[in-house]
Amino acid sequence: MMRLIFAAMSGALFGAGLLVSGMTDPAKVQGWLDVFGDWDPTLGFVMAGAILPMAVAWRIAARRAVAFTGRALPTPPNPVIDRNLVTGAVLFGLGWGIAGLCPGPAMASLGFGGLPFAVFFLSMAAGMILFGLWNRR
Amino acid sequence: MEPDWIAGLIGGLMIGGAAALFLLLNGRIMGASGILGGLLDGTGRSNNAERLAFIAGLIAMPALLVAVGLGQVAQPVAGLGLTVLAGLLVGIGTRLGNGCTSGHGVCGISRLSLRGIVATLVFLVSGTVAVLILRLLGMVA
Repeated sequence: MMRLIFAAMSGALFGAGLLVSGMTDPAKVQGWLDVFGDWDPTLGFVMAGAILPMAVAWRIAARRAVAFTGRALPTPPNPVIDRNLVTGAVLFGLGWGIAGLCPGPAMASLGFGGLPFAVFFLSMAAGMILFGLWNRR
Repeated sequence: MEPDWIAGLIGGLMIGGAAALFLLLNGRIMGASGILGGLLDGTGRSNNAERLAFIAGLIAMPALLVAVGLGQVAQPVAGLGLTVLAGLLVGIGTRLGNGCTSGHGVCGISRLSLRGIVATLVFLVSGTVAVLILRLLGMVA
């Protein structure tokens, strides 16, 4: 039960952060990627701000055997760079640039964004399900 | 209204704080595409309730903030057809590449994961290329 409450709290803080930072604004995201046009550096500050507390958290995690709710902590990162990682990142980046939305902000916008944001979310969900079906074969 | 970079930094700290809580309390990596994807394709069956709780908070809090006037409703930048294409690319790409901006970009880079760093560099470049193409086509405001 505590894990569910903590998960909802993390999700709520994540959503608030996405809204405050401007990540839920597709024009702002496109501006960050518009390096050869009207570049907007804001998202660099978002990334830096987000990496900082998480770097501290990884340090704390390294000294612990388990998380505070007793669950095992993630295993060390896999160092293998394979074709799937790179191809997936290429496809994701193209979609991110075209619509100015990535998965977190796509979900965070669902409650207030209206139809275009819902269409993006449903297409993204369809892509995930299609990939899952293809991957299972 | 404060300058954008201050809002960006504060919002970023909140995003990183959320990821830190999820890691230290629940022992999980906060990757938005992984949390949703595992729910949708059945690979996360053992902890679906936790995924749903996270997503409920993620949808409810921004909606609440906007409802009380503490956040702005943004406009889409793409037409409907391109929105569908982009959604499919993001859905397939994040599952194939095993992560998105939060998983690779925030959680991966902060632990100096080579996969996280490489994936982030690649999607930053391909995102930039996508916007450049849209700009050359006259489709960026």
